[in-house]
Amino acid sequence: MNISIDDIQKEIIEDFSILDEWDDKYAYIIECGKKLKPLPQEYKNEEHLVRGCQSQVWLHAEHKDGLVYFYAESDAIIVKGLISLLIKVLSGHKAEDIVKSDLYFIDKIGMQSHLSMTRSNGLASMLKTMKVKALLFLEQEKAN
Amino acid sequence: MGTTTQTLEHNLDLAAIRRQFPILNQQVNDKPLVYFDNAATTQKPLVVIDALKNYYQKDNANIHRGIHTLAERATADFEKTRDTVKEFIGAVHREEIIFTKGTTEGINLVAQTWGRANLKEGDEILVSGMEHHSNMVPWQMIAQEKKAKVIIIPINDAGELLMDEYEKLLNSRTKLVAVVHASNALGSINPVKHIIQQAHRHGAVVLIDGAQSTSHLDIAVSDWNADFFVFSGHKVYGPTGVGVLYGKRELLESMPPYQGGGEMIGEVRYDGFTWNELPYKFEAGTPNIADVIALKAALDFISVLGKQNIRSYENTLLQYAYTKLESLEGIRFIGTAKEKVSILSFVFNDIHHQDLGIILDKEGIAIRTGHHCTQPLMGRLCITGTSRASFAVYNTIEEIDRLEAGLKKAIKLFR
Repeated sequence: MNISIDDIQKEIIEDFSILDEWDDKYAYIIECGKKLKPLPQEYKNEEHLVRGCQSQVWLHAEHKDGLVYFYAESDAIIVKGLISLLIKVLSGHKAEDIVKSDLYFIDKIGMQSHLSMTRSNGLASMLKTMKVKALLFLEQEKAN
Repeated sequence: MGTTTQTLEHNLDLAAIRRQFPILNQQVNDKPLVYFDNAATTQKPLVVIDALKNYYQKDNANIHRGIHTLAERATADFEKTRDTVKEFIGAVHREEIIFTKGTTEGINLVAQTWGRANLKEGDEILVSGMEHHSNMVPWQMIAQEKKAKVIIIPINDAGELLMDEYEKLLNSRTKLVAVVHASNALGSINPVKHIIQQAHRHGAVVLIDGAQSTSHLDIAVSDWNADFFVFSGHKVYGPTGVGVLYGKRELLESMPPYQGGGEMIGEVRYDGFTWNELPYKFEAGTPNIADVIALKAALDFISVLGKQNIRSYENTLLQYAYTKLESLEGIRFIGTAKEKVSILSFVFNDIHHQDLGIILDKEGIAIRTGHHCTQPLMGRLCITGTSRASFAVYNTIEEIDRLEAGLKKAIKLFR
C-alpha cells in the first residue's frame, strides 16, 4: 500500500488549485474522462449498470489480495472524468479504508453540484455503489 | 455578439414584457441568465405574482359555502377564472371547465372515470408515438385493468403523425384517441381538428393534450369538437399546481366522480351520497384557490399581448435559432415538422446532451437535456435524449446569439 486515500485527494485538490477558470477545470475533467480506460464490453450490461436519469454509468469491482479495484465508464464525458477521479482516489485500497473514507475533494474542487439530486446523472449512485461494494467485500473478509 | 444580432419586426414591446419577469434579471454563474427551458415551465409575470400576493394579503377565505365577505370575494374571483378559461379555450359552457392540479391530473381523471366506465375487453385506445409519458401511462394503466389495448399512431422521421396510418387504425373497437396538440420533445403541431373529425366518424372520443400548445396557439375546443382538452397553468405563465380539464358537458355528466370529499357532494347520509352538479362534481376538497385566481392573470397577460403576435414573434425566434445553429459542425435537429411551436431539439453524435447542458449552465444558459419524458419517442428516433431550447415571448435574438456562443464553447471543450 503506497499512497493513502487522503493523500490522493490532497494531490487532486492541488492539481485543481492552479486552475482558476471553470472552463479550465472542466477541460481537465474532460481530459481525465478521455483518458479513462474503457470498461471491457463484458461488464457493460444491466448487472453493472448504475442507473441515472440522463447518463449511464457501468461499474465493476474486484477484490484481490485484500484490496478493492474499481473499473467504470459512462456515456457522458464529464461524468466519465469525475468517475476517473473517484477511481483514482478509491481504487486499490483496503475495503475498510474505502468504507471509512470521506471524499472531501469533490467539494474542494468545486464539483459538489454533480453529486446533487437534481443532476440525476448517476454519479451520486455510483459513489454509493462503490462504498456498498467495499462494504460487502469487508463483510466477506470478516466472514473468512 | 453585437455584429451578429439582427433586428426583427414584431408588434411586441419586449422591454416592457421583460420588465414583467423580474426573475430574468439575474446572474447565473456570473453571466446574465438566459432562460430557454420554457417548455418545462414558463416564468411568471408580475401580474401573476401580484395576484397571488393580493389574494393572500386581502382575500384569503375558503370558497363556495362561506357566508362572510372574504369568502364571497374569494369565490367570485375563483369563478371568474372559470369564465376566463372558457373564453380562452373557446368552450361553450362554464361548467365544462374543471380545475385540476395540471395536465397529468386531467388525463388521469379522464382515464380513471370515463375510462373505467366505458372501456371493456378488446377495446382500443389510440395514442400517438410522440406522447409525453403523462398521456401514455394513464392509458396503459386503465387498459391493463380493462384488458383493452393501447395502439400507437406512428410518426415519420421528421416527427409528424402519419395521418393515413391513423385513419387505417380507426375502427369500431376504437373508443378513445389521445393526442398531443404540440409535442414537448419535438415541437410538432398535430392537426387536431382533423384528428377529432376522423375519430368521431368511428364513434371514438378524443382527448387533446394542450400542455405545450396553450401558450402559443389558438385553442378552440368547441370549433374542433374536442371531447376533452387539458393544459397546465405553469406552462402558460401561470402558477404551478393548477391546471384545467375541459370536457363536453354531456360527457362530464355521464362520468362518475374522480375523488370523493367535500365540495363534490350533493347530499351525504350514513348509507350513501349523491353527487354535486358540474363542475363541482370533479372538484373534491378545498381547491387550489390562490393559484386558480392567479391563472386568470396569466391568461389575461397572454390575451393582452395577443396570441397571433406571440406566435409570430416566437416563430421568428425559432427560425433565427435554426439559422444560427445549423452551421455548428455535427449538429442534427430532432423534430423537423412543417408546423412547429418554438421548441428546438438537437443532438451531436459525439457529445452527450448532459455534457452540453452542464457547460451551457456554466454560461448562464438554461436548456433541458434528456428524454423529455418521452422514452418511447426517443426509442423510435434511435436516440437516448436531446438538448432542447424552448422559447417564450420574453426571449430575445441576443439570447439566441448567446446560445450559439455557448454551444461553440462547449464544442471546443469536448472535441
